[in-house]
Amino acid sequence: MSGQNGNGKTNGSAPRVGVYVCHCGINIAGKVDCESVAEFARNLPDVVVARDYKFMCSDPGQELIQDDIREHKLNRVVVASCSPLMHENTFRKACADAGLNPFYFQMANIREHVSWVTKEKDEADKKAKALVAAAVHRVRFHSALEKKRVDVHPDVVVVGGGISGIHAALTMANAGKHVYLIEREPTIGGHMAKFDKTFPTLDCSACILTPKMSDVKNHPNITLWSYSEVVNVDGFAGNFKVQVKRKPRYVIEENCIGCLQCVEECVFKNARFDDEFNENLGKRKPIYMPFPQATPPVVLIDPTQCLRFTKGKCASKCAEACEKNAIDFDQKEKIEEVECGAIILSTGFKTFDAERIPQYGYKKYANVYTSLELERLVNAAGPTSGEIKLRNGSTPQSVGIVHCVGSRDQKTNAYCSRVCCMYSLKLAHLVKERTGAEVYNFYIDMRTPGKGYEEFYDRLLEEGNHFIRGRVAEVTDWAMSPEEQGKLVIRVEDTLIGVPRRIPVDMVVLSVGLEAHDDADDVRRMFGISCSKQGWFTERHPKLAPVSTATDGVFLAGACQGPKDIPDCVAQAGAAAAEALALVDKGFVELEPNTASINADLCCGCRTCVSMCPYSAIKVDETQDGEKSIINEALCKGCGTCVAACPSGAISQNLFTDEQIFEEIEGVLSYV
Amino acid sequence: MSKPKVGFNWLASCGGCEEAVVDLEEAILDVVEAVDIVFWPCAMDFKKDDVRSMADGEMDVCFVNGAIRTSEEEEMSRLLRKKTKILIAFGSCSHMGGIPGLGNFYSSESILKSSFLESPSTVNAEGVIPKTETKRSEGILTLPAFQETAKSLDQVVEVDYYVPGCPPPVKLLKDAVQAVLENKLPPKGAVLAPDVAQCTDCPRQDTKPEKLEIKEFKRPFEIEIDPKKCLLAQGLMCLGPVTRSGCDSACMKANMPCTGCLGPTSRVKDFGAKAMAGFASIIDSTDEEEIDRLLDSIVDPEGTFYRYSLPKSYMHAICTTMRNGSGKKGA
Repeated sequence: MSGQNGNGKTNGSAPRVGVYVCHCGINIAGKVDCESVAEFARNLPDVVVARDYKFMCSDPGQELIQDDIREHKLNRVVVASCSPLMHENTFRKACADAGLNPFYFQMANIREHVSWVTKEKDEADKKAKALVAAAVHRVRFHSALEKKRVDVHPDVVVVGGGISGIHAALTMANAGKHVYLIEREPTIGGHMAKFDKTFPTLDCSACILTPKMSDVKNHPNITLWSYSEVVNVDGFAGNFKVQVKRKPRYVIEENCIGCLQCVEECVFKNARFDDEFNENLGKRKPIYMPFPQATPPVVLIDPTQCLRFTKGKCASKCAEACEKNAIDFDQKEKIEEVECGAIILSTGFKTFDAERIPQYGYKKYANVYTSLELERLVNAAGPTSGEIKLRNGSTPQSVGIVHCVGSRDQKTNAYCSRVCCMYSLKLAHLVKERTGAEVYNFYIDMRTPGKGYEEFYDRLLEEGNHFIRGRVAEVTDWAMSPEEQGKLVIRVEDTLIGVPRRIPVDMVVLSVGLEAHDDADDVRRMFGISCSKQGWFTERHPKLAPVSTATDGVFLAGACQGPKDIPDCVAQAGAAAAEALALVDKGFVELEPNTASINADLCCGCRTCVSMCPYSAIKVDETQDGEKSIINEALCKGCGTCVAACPSGAISQNLFTDEQIFEEIEGVLSYV
Repeated sequence: MSKPKVGFNWLASCGGCEEAVVDLEEAILDVVEAVDIVFWPCAMDFKKDDVRSMADGEMDVCFVNGAIRTSEEEEMSRLLRKKTKILIAFGSCSHMGGIPGLGNFYSSESILKSSFLESPSTVNAEGVIPKTETKRSEGILTLPAFQETAKSLDQVVEVDYYVPGCPPPVKLLKDAVQAVLENKLPPKGAVLAPDVAQCTDCPRQDTKPEKLEIKEFKRPFEIEIDPKKCLLAQGLMCLGPVTRSGCDSACMKANMPCTGCLGPTSRVKDFGAKAMAGFASIIDSTDEEEIDRLLDSIVDPEGTFYRYSLPKSYMHAICTTMRNGSGKKGA
């Protein structure tokens, strides 16, 4: 396939071009006079037949092309319709089915580039004609190309071990694929591991999650690397190389059995360091396991707290206590590389930092909590063993839950975080059930679309919870009446009755929204995908390719793509696993033949191109005629950078030869 | 069989190309032996009328050097085209416009003004500027017109072959003559030189680093040049990667960077644009400000990248559009 950059005039018979102008219903025909464009095309060089038709992508539309290929002996086809992203493959395939090499096809986009974006009809006509002329001019210089096949590595890497990553990993492992599950934190489980109950069924979160965590741990097809981060990704769909940083936990993972003797014997007799897993509401020791069902069930040492690291000396009772000799203070960070055919990103989210809305008093008033903190308080495995107690040990008699904190707010995040209404209802129910407190929900709109969700809302209404519609203005401890003394007062305009209200409560819960991780931009660069302004990873198509990304072989699962609840995360994880399986199981990938190649006879070996290649596809090699640059076709993505850089024009690119590009420009310019 | 009739002519150029013919040394005797020189005003006494009196196509080959700037040069070009079977553009100026072509950055008016009025060494109290016609008591004196731009030969007449270089290397001239004598010329329009770039046979090629990455551009006088090491790797603006080979690395062997006189390979349509793309590619920085600073450190970029090829470049079309009558424009 390399080096076939000639034109139709030289490799075989003269070009015979067929041009097809698509109406796309009224999408194109509403603005462009398709008939006159076809009429215009009849007079373009080498055009044998030109037609317009209502829907070129329909079966009859494609048959039109195929009949003409046979009847008029067409050897070039131009379709003027939508974006090549939509139907290039459709028409290439139609050509191939009629016996024409699919790369003798060229598409002119007169929908996205013309009819949808041009105001005046005659301007649209002119532009459509110019684009058709460009395509006709160019297609005459196309050559027959072959797609190349490369084998796919059968393993899969899943990045992020929350419920999405867990579900995707298990699905693929059950299908017989070897999965590397890479988790940044010391344990998998993600946010779901912190919840007590899940909405709307009030299933115990741990009861449904931890069996899946154990399955991951015990699955023969899953390699679980916790406390590890991906630091580099090379390669392409089917053949990625992923470098993973294994952070030192100062405990030999293979030896540790999770007996916690070391934690017991630590020279710190009392737990005195903030426990991140409990949202800093509890304490832990420098050597710890995040929570009892942590997976892998392995302890780790925090070197910023352990005396062995901070003071340089310690009795090291932990090491003494360990019968398995698992403690290793000299453990170093190491980089490991794995190869895989597909990657699933399931890196999740972070919750909104409530301090960014100072008028809500988070961190100012002890009794203002975030929703995630309340999750830990209601959790039987949490710092209060599930008892809802304020920091002073008392039980709240009244609780206000403020919705939309960091969501639906032009000052922070304009989007709806989708899960807060439902988890707020769940928390309201749990608070009422456990404490009998009066619970007030402050909401803008109740958003409960989902199976059993609205019914759950109804249940809460019947339970006697208070619902006040209005965005909370302020949480304050400034009492204006005796009953407000010693309480937090929530000031809000109740928009249902149209009056400002002051509601005194013992406890305020801020229902924080979901945000992308701070390093989302770094991560998306590493994996060659894109993300929205807010940092959510972008799917290839919002409707038709919701778990694919701009990079083939990289798929998305869970909240890293946008706020989602658990059922949606799991559903998407299953979809991502299926897409990854489809790629890996196929066994090969077909590479677009738009690769660049270097003519060794013309290359002078100047090496300008070598450092330019973003995919490291160019190497210098010793040949009979001295050192020349050589492109590894399998690594080339067809970006064209080297082609532009090559000072002596020794590099050319399939589908983008100089001749084709200049003809295209000529085509545009000569008819406008 | 009679000997082929050959002519040489000199248009807007420095004379170096004529020198290149003389540089054939004793081989010139073989040439004189093999051909019949019917026109060579630089060396022998020929007049325009000698050409006029020839039958159309009477000459077999004519080598024309120099750009076309005056009406007389244009007239001569057309005349020679008519009288010769094979017209060869000889040297950078007729090939691509050459050094005289750099004048196209300026208007003809400002060139005349600068040369005849503003140049510090000129004494011209009366402010005389050449005109095509000047009335004197003796009658009307005429001079060829100074045209708006300098052109390459093929921008005026159809050219059959090109022998590139400033001046063309002796070997290329010998090969060209040989090809004519043996009737072994390539398809019409070809440049009679290898179609690969300079690095191919540069003696410094082996010292090239794996990746070319430049942190600072330097001019030859600013550093002590390592006589063995790749000049680009030393930060010098060597245009070897963009330039056709064919001179046996003459400048590099003299410890100077290539300036691009042999022009681009057949695949490249705009020498300067390619050169810029090439240099932009090897700048070792991803920081925009640093890149700007590096690019700013290139002295006279338009003169460096388009030294020999301005009239034949896309850039020229842009300059012509932008020029508003005086002063340096474009670039």
